[in-house]
Amino acid sequence: MRKKNNSIERKQYLRKKTITKVSIFITQVTLVILFIALWEILANKGIIDSFITSQPSRMLKTFMSLSQNGLLEHLGVTCYETIVGFLSGAILGVIVAIILWWSKFLSKVSEPFLVILNSLPKIALGPVIIIWVGAGTSAIIVMALAISLIVTILEILNGFLNTDSEKIKMARTFNANRFQLLTKIVIPANISTFINSLKVNIGLSLVGVISGEFLVSKAGLRIFNSIWRASIPT
Amino acid sequence: MREVLKLENVSKTYQAKNGEIEALKNINFSVKEGEFVSIIGPSGCGKSTLLSIIAGLEKKSSGKIYIDEIETENISSKIGYMLQKDSLLEWRTIYNNVIFGLEITHRKTKENEKYVKDLLKKYNLYEFKDKYPAQLSGGMRQRVALIRTLAIRPEILLLDEAFSALDYQTRIMVTKDIYDILKNENITTVMVTHDISEAISMSDRVIVLSKRPATVKKIHKINFEIENKDPMNARKSPKFSNYFDSLWKELDVDAKEK
Ligand SMILES: Nc1ncnc2c1ncn2[C@@H]1O[C@H](COP(=O)(O)OP(=O)(O)OP(=O)(O)O)[C@@H](O)[C@H]1O
Ligand SMILES: [Mg+2]
Repeated sequence: MRKKNNSIERKQYLRKKTITKVSIFITQVTLVILFIALWEILANKGIIDSFITSQPSRMLKTFMSLSQNGLLEHLGVTCYETIVGFLSGAILGVIVAIILWWSKFLSKVSEPFLVILNSLPKIALGPVIIIWVGAGTSAIIVMALAISLIVTILEILNGFLNTDSEKIKMARTFNANRFQLLTKIVIPANISTFINSLKVNIGLSLVGVISGEFLVSKAGLRIFNSIWRASIPT
Repeated sequence: MREVLKLENVSKTYQAKNGEIEALKNINFSVKEGEFVSIIGPSGCGKSTLLSIIAGLEKKSSGKIYIDEIETENISSKIGYMLQKDSLLEWRTIYNNVIFGLEITHRKTKENEKYVKDLLKKYNLYEFKDKYPAQLSGGMRQRVALIRTLAIRPEILLLDEAFSALDYQTRIMVTKDIYDILKNENITTVMVTHDISEAISMSDRVIVLSKRPATVKKIHKINFEIENKDPMNARKSPKFSNYFDSLWKELDVDAKEK
């Protein structure tokens, strides 16, 4: 009974949905504009100190002048590092979580180690990482990985282990093997866990990359951070 | 007639950190081909445990189970088990839920898909085949779960309170429909229920279990001596209330002993 969208109620329903979507987007854009405008105005009036907080118009000017010095390339480097760190963290995290889900024994064995690793201050590992992989892009990516990987493993494994046991039982009544349980029940049931973990991860990877750049920057935003600081009169 | 299912001294004790729970103790009974047997007993006595053991999902502590006269330990492809909860997969459409078992058992053939589509039509679910479980009522979901179980064409069907989510009228209707299908297809059925009337109206025999640890207390033969018996005309038979009274008393004694 796939009715064409001809009933009035259906039309209204669809319209309402579009309106909600559009208004959410408009509100988001407005909030950003308002924020920037307020910042600019307050800085102009001297209510906030632009030497500390800078000012949108100045940042734009600096951005323009720095663009000629290759800001965009450096931005690109940072993006690239973040994306590589992010993707490898996500992929490795999921693979490890699957292995640990597969073997209860392994997951029990590794549990305390994961917790300890997770509580390590990873940024302090920076110098060690440089010794291991050299002071280059790879060090930065490893830094991003170090920060996001363990959290990803813990979060996704937790989601896997909390899959509705009744659903697993149902699949087992059809004699599903462990691989089928994984692909047909556990993974699809955890799509929202994946998405949540990705959302958190992209931020963590960026933190990892920036802190990596602080340690070993030949390229990337960190260089500009220094140049920019230098260019602000104090 | 052949005995398709036979239990010999089946016992089960659950082991846990904080002690053991004896759920089943020396259960003995057998079910003939095409027979419909109900199991009733006080809540928590071990009915679901018993079905899970027959289905091979749960390991028994001792005893033997024969399916088609062959001793069986593991999950058998001859058994279809409909659990107490419908457990539809909310990310799959109704159609993809219904063929889940076929997919898992690698039997998604044209013929089987046609069979499934016919069942969907018969249960007025065909027009919902592209919808998602969240868009269905409780009764509809339970019918979907039943079709998912029937799709693999089991020889033996295990039902665990399969109709409990249905309202009374739908329940009477669905039980009649299902009864007809099961008798037509000559499927042997073991049904757990807490509804005495349901047990009497559908069954050839009713097994009464004691409270935990469950033992077989009594097996009642139900015979209405009507031609083309079905759950509807069984309920109208004068013998119905006799059966009801004796089963009620047996369960009641149990409740008082507590
Ligand atoms: N996985 C388990 N581990 C330990 N004990 C269990 C487990 N499953 C069930 N039991 C225990 O076994 C006993 C029987 O449980 P079961 O679910 O078979 O009862 P039931 O007769 O189906 O009850 P109900 O009528 O409420 O559905 C209960 O006392 C329960 O506590
Ligand atoms: Mg039960």
